[in-house]
Amino acid sequence: MPAPLFRPASPSRLPRVSVCRAAPVSLAVGVCLLLGGCSGGVLDPKGQIGADERSIILFATAIMLIVVLPVICMAVAFAWRYRASNRDATYTPEWAQSTRVEAVVWLVPCAIIAALATLTWISAHRLDPYRPIASAAEPVTIDVVALNWKWLFIYPELNIATINEIAFPVDTPVDFRITSGSVMNSFFIPELGSQVYAMAGMETRLSLVAGEAGSYEGISANYSGAGFSDMKFRARAMSPTDFDRWVEDARRSKRPLEVEAYRALEQPSRSAAATYYSSADPHLFQAILHGCLAAADPCQSSEMKR
Amino acid sequence: MLGELTLSAIPYTNPIIMGGVGFMTVLVAAVLAMITWFGKWGYIWSEWLTSVDHKRLGVMYVILAQVMLLRGFIDAAMMRTQLALASADSPGYLPPEHYDQIFTAHGVIMIFFMAMPFIVGLMNFVVPLQIGARDVAFPYLNNLSFWLTAAGALLINMSLAIGSFARTGWLAYPPLSELAYSPDVGVDYYIWSLQIAGVGTLLFGVNMIATILKMRAPGMSLMRMPIFTWASLCTNVLIVAAFPVLTATLGMLALDRYLGMHFFTNDLGGNAMMYVNLIWTWGHPEVYILILPLFGVYSEVVATFSAKPLFGYNSIVYATVAITVLSFLVWVHHFFTMGAGGDVNAFFGITTMVISIPTGVKLFNWLFTMYRGRIRFATPMLWTVGFIITFTLGGMTGVLMSIPPADFVLHNSLFLVAHFHNVIIGGVVFGCFAGFAYWFPKATGFCLDERLGRWAFGCWFVGFYLAFMPLYVLGFLGMTRRLNHYDNPAWQPWLILAAVGAAVVLAGIVFQIAQLVVSIRKREENRDVTGDPWDGRTLEWATASPPPTYNFAELPVIRARDAWWRMKQEDIRREPTTFQPIHMPNNTGTGFFISAFSVALGFALVWHIWWLAIVAAAAIIGATIAHSWNADHGYNVPAEEVTRAEVRHFRQLVWQE
Repeated sequence: MPAPLFRPASPSRLPRVSVCRAAPVSLAVGVCLLLGGCSGGVLDPKGQIGADERSIILFATAIMLIVVLPVICMAVAFAWRYRASNRDATYTPEWAQSTRVEAVVWLVPCAIIAALATLTWISAHRLDPYRPIASAAEPVTIDVVALNWKWLFIYPELNIATINEIAFPVDTPVDFRITSGSVMNSFFIPELGSQVYAMAGMETRLSLVAGEAGSYEGISANYSGAGFSDMKFRARAMSPTDFDRWVEDARRSKRPLEVEAYRALEQPSRSAAATYYSSADPHLFQAILHGCLAAADPCQSSEMKR
Repeated sequence: MLGELTLSAIPYTNPIIMGGVGFMTVLVAAVLAMITWFGKWGYIWSEWLTSVDHKRLGVMYVILAQVMLLRGFIDAAMMRTQLALASADSPGYLPPEHYDQIFTAHGVIMIFFMAMPFIVGLMNFVVPLQIGARDVAFPYLNNLSFWLTAAGALLINMSLAIGSFARTGWLAYPPLSELAYSPDVGVDYYIWSLQIAGVGTLLFGVNMIATILKMRAPGMSLMRMPIFTWASLCTNVLIVAAFPVLTATLGMLALDRYLGMHFFTNDLGGNAMMYVNLIWTWGHPEVYILILPLFGVYSEVVATFSAKPLFGYNSIVYATVAITVLSFLVWVHHFFTMGAGGDVNAFFGITTMVISIPTGVKLFNWLFTMYRGRIRFATPMLWTVGFIITFTLGGMTGVLMSIPPADFVLHNSLFLVAHFHNVIIGGVVFGCFAGFAYWFPKATGFCLDERLGRWAFGCWFVGFYLAFMPLYVLGFLGMTRRLNHYDNPAWQPWLILAAVGAAVVLAGIVFQIAQLVVSIRKREENRDVTGDPWDGRTLEWATASPPPTYNFAELPVIRARDAWWRMKQEDIRREPTTFQPIHMPNNTGTGFFISAFSVALGFALVWHIWWLAIVAAAAIIGATIAHSWNADHGYNVPAEEVTRAEVRHFRQLVWQE
């Protein structure tokens, strides 16, 4: 079990975290009832990153309601109380200044934002998608390439590749290195947490971990053209033995992923079936990243020869 | 001869598009036929189309906005019905190639050709009246600004009938918007319609800043300006600072597409992330360009209908200025998921939530204006209370997404779509309607029908919640935006509910149209001869409705905030006696012609009709130069005419009392 990312450095520095644990539980119950079952989606996370993000959402919502609920209540109450037909209500036609009221209306939002800003600073660092997840388990690396309109995954350590399906052992951090072979997409497995953009010529990173076995939907969360709606993949978290078996299945496919095969994949297609490749060109990801497979090859010299 | 334009550019095989084109053609033909039938062409040309009067231009801006609201809403209704249907194996009735144009057009039209003309129209109409001026600083420029905006709107609507529109989303992120992935004319229509309209907006911003800074009535110091004028000043500062960025960004995209350059392409050193940063450097201030004037509207409405001065005037001014400055420091929150790292994301997250402080202060100030007031619930006030409730919720979800880790799971989801509709409908649209109902009697001399107005408000308010609360839920359920179809059956009930909400909003729009028709037919019953139907506080209510061309026969002298309220308290009104002749500018058709050439230029560039592009560009430059030689220095409204009008208004006032 990986250590939770969102936790106090020391109780004295972050006293609100106990609230942060208690409030979400009650709020989560309420929200789940509202959502009619709460299955799937980002409020029903299956991994530590997603769980931490849900806590932040619920905690921040709770703290903002401190000011939002009074405003809405005041809007309704004042509108009713001071309606013109209610001659019992006080009417002060010239009253337009009050230092005391002004102090409150500036300071209360300031205090709430100060609390949220602290939460933001700490959580933006702790949950930075690039930050490796602390774990006793050796992380699995998966290189991700967004294509029109499918996902290519390369396991550099295992020397296999897949289309539209990944697998990884449960409770093991997965380090994604993400790029795009065409337009911009966003790599997202809602039930596991954070998404990160896939952009051509850029390598972005994301670390995720699954806390329970299951088959989760992965999507592109950034519109990328006509086939975008079907640009989905399965992310399967499984026991280590099942994972080993899955890798063996991929290797047995006897279908190597070489440059020629990649060029075929570059052609736009929709709803591509999950496909396994028994091996992958070890330079392929870097070549895609640096645009070396484009017509005008900029990689003649240094980088790719290495 | 016609570049890449051929007959096949007309999508006559698509019954939905052709139906829309046919409907629009019939509508336009009917309007033109009516004008001809009643022999009104001369009147419309000389009194409206060529008018340099800020009031008439304001009215024309608002009409443009309302027509575009209908177009944008039809797009919205098509999207909602598509998603209510396209579950599991059903593809719905709109294939991605068409659907993707619709959501792009919806966003572009609603922001650039509905919301922008609406707020510009309100500012144009109201600000000179509020500051006691006779017109804007540059009346001809004002006319040109309007026609350039209208030219952009025309060009974008031409894409429906001839060719296609962009399939990129409303901000046209490259590389998707580059030639390699969008080879057809859609993105070109996008670029040129926004470039033309953008110039119009920028010119308006310059004009309005000069007007507010230089043309205030004697005694109106900055801290005596009505809050709507303050908000307009800040908005136009934002326009002048932000719109050149949009022009430059789209210019670079155009260079990529037309001259094979590589600013944002995947290869040869292009960098799409640069575009995303630049477009949001304009795009986030744009959000505040839209909302600030409406904060001004709410401030005016809440004070007038509570019969109290605005609570905490100084606070509201400082809050508005603070928002103006901060709005340039938050753009990265639109792409926390680009992988910028903890420091950058946290910085922009915090600047974003800091904006909610001055915004929250404003909400409290409006509430304390209502507190111990004597509130009349005419429709402008209903929209305002609806806004306070709705916008507070939208603000909360916005602050929630400014926390980067929360954004990592909510970014680009329907939660985001719900959030920005929550603030744009609950803030901008409600505010436009409040301002429309509030100043309608000033513009026309009669009030809108209250009963139908209340029904319209009720439908919009309920319809909004029905349409967008389900989208928050769907965002939590993991539904991303811009999907054409889906296979998660749990989503469909929520999407059907949202479609029902859209139908309720449609009922609200029908009530609004009925309200306009009924009000015009019953205009004699609802006529306002006082010029001050709401017991207003600011100067625009000091003159007749509709105001004479010159607005004020004598420039008012300002001794306090809420100048008109003070004048009424002191009862300084007297029967007018003698007046000076008033100098006013003449109307001119130059703006209209320059904009017509701009449409030709844009169309020629879209279709690569190079000879036409050269001719049109030369005509634009020629007309501009020719106009600068214009020796027409305007005309004088004779003193007798001024006296007659003023005495008539004064007698009506006294008779009324």
